[in-house]
Amino acid sequence: MKHLRNAGYILGLPVLLVLVWWSSTLGAVNFFVPKPADLVETFGEVWFGDRFFSDVLPSLARLVVGVSVAILIGVVGGILIGSIRWLRALLEPTLEFFRAIPPPVLVPVLMLLMGITDSMKVMVIISGCVWPVLLNTIEGVRAVDPVLSDSAHTYGISGRARIRYLVLPSASPQIMAGVRQSLSLGLILMVISEMFASSSGLGFTIVQFQRSFAIPEMWSGIVVLGLLGVAMSFIFQWAERNILRWYHGQKEVENAA
Amino acid sequence: MSSATLATGGAAPRAERPRRKAGKGAANQLLGVLGIIGFLATWELIPRLGLIDERFLPPASEVIAALVVDFGLTAFWIAVAETMKAWFLGLLMAVAAAVLLGFIIGSSDFLRKATNSTVEFLRPIPSVALIPLAVLLFGVKIESSLLLIVYASFWQVLIQVLYGVADVDMLANNTAKSYGLGTMARIRYVVFPTALPYLMTGVRLAAAVALVLAITAELVIGSPGLGREIALAQSGGAISGMYALVLATGLIGVLINMLMRRIEKRILGWHSSIRSEVIV
Repeated sequence: MKHLRNAGYILGLPVLLVLVWWSSTLGAVNFFVPKPADLVETFGEVWFGDRFFSDVLPSLARLVVGVSVAILIGVVGGILIGSIRWLRALLEPTLEFFRAIPPPVLVPVLMLLMGITDSMKVMVIISGCVWPVLLNTIEGVRAVDPVLSDSAHTYGISGRARIRYLVLPSASPQIMAGVRQSLSLGLILMVISEMFASSSGLGFTIVQFQRSFAIPEMWSGIVVLGLLGVAMSFIFQWAERNILRWYHGQKEVENAA
Repeated sequence: MSSATLATGGAAPRAERPRRKAGKGAANQLLGVLGIIGFLATWELIPRLGLIDERFLPPASEVIAALVVDFGLTAFWIAVAETMKAWFLGLLMAVAAAVLLGFIIGSSDFLRKATNSTVEFLRPIPSVALIPLAVLLFGVKIESSLLLIVYASFWQVLIQVLYGVADVDMLANNTAKSYGLGTMARIRYVVFPTALPYLMTGVRLAAAVALVLAITAELVIGSPGLGREIALAQSGGAISGMYALVLATGLIGVLINMLMRRIEKRILGWHSSIRSEVIV
């Protein structure tokens, strides 16, 4: 009974919305709004064929490479800058400025510097995604509990062990917050870099459909992007739960006390 | 906000700040300025030494000169005004809708459970996915930018409001109830002050996101504003002009961040999270 009610809560509203959509497209056909059945059919036709290998996979590969490199640079650079006080003071205003630049404007700039290549698109993703991770890591490293830091010092823990057992764990909640931001940013930048200058990829294909007024195909592309976003958010939540299990547990104990 | 809560957040703790800290702050600021100068010098040297072709990366001095020229042009300020108009209208609409829906959904357990799956599904959808739709529906008008901005910032605020409303202290709520406060009064004096810090966080995040989406819409769709000017400058080969505009968007971003932080501090002056910052 309880499971049934939970399922009702999860599925109720989505089913209701699809029903409204279905019933409102029953009669007169609106050019801009495809029927649900048509959309599902087009979705299968368009995306489960050659296009999956020629457009979807390359886009995804660029996204994964770009975001991973950005996270790596962000965490390593953040730990370095965060642990050296004068370096942090020296670089922080400049970094804040870079973060404030809306990342999409990097597309024309990098297009100019690197031409329209795959590495340009990856570079766009890296240079947009690195800031949230970098600045959050700096903040997290700076906020290491001084008592823990002193204890580690007293026990003679330094160098690599200090980073592995003290700095990284204490900064990880902040780092994960930055990673979450850069994941959604990465998806946006992937699409934009392909819309702006490309001859393949998800963003390019969707714009192509829109320009040729292939409306159901265009909607199916929007659905693909939506599903990608949802999938990434689920993967992230799963990863966060595993990486930060100790942190959530600790929070629970603190809240209960 | 009631005047009583505002009055407690006076400037009293600020006076006690130790003096040594201020000196350190000045040193840090000096270092920060040095960092910016160092960055500009590096930028100046890279094309001058020929590491990157001057045609693709003009030296910093040239770009800054172009930016100064831009500051004297009406066309530049019109573009800035268009961008800021889209940013402000979009943010306003998103915040209004999110606050209204957030309070309605958040105050009912049933609605919260029933909408959870839909919200979690719609939220991660990247707003750029809506670009083709915006082009079809609105073309290169400001409405295109607004669609993207509102969609992207709405979720940021809604999620925070939902968290905030859920965070209401049951003891405070029950106390208010037993003192005979009605539903509206409880929303006004118990729920709203609890949710306000969350709401401000949401608005601050949404303000940054809204700027990104405003520029994106102008860049990709071509609705009027700074983003379109950047695309035009790039395709027209006005390279220093393009870099100058990129710098300008960064400056706007910094200004928006500073403005939002100041507003947050002013509105939440009574709240412990802000006040502890001041005391430390």
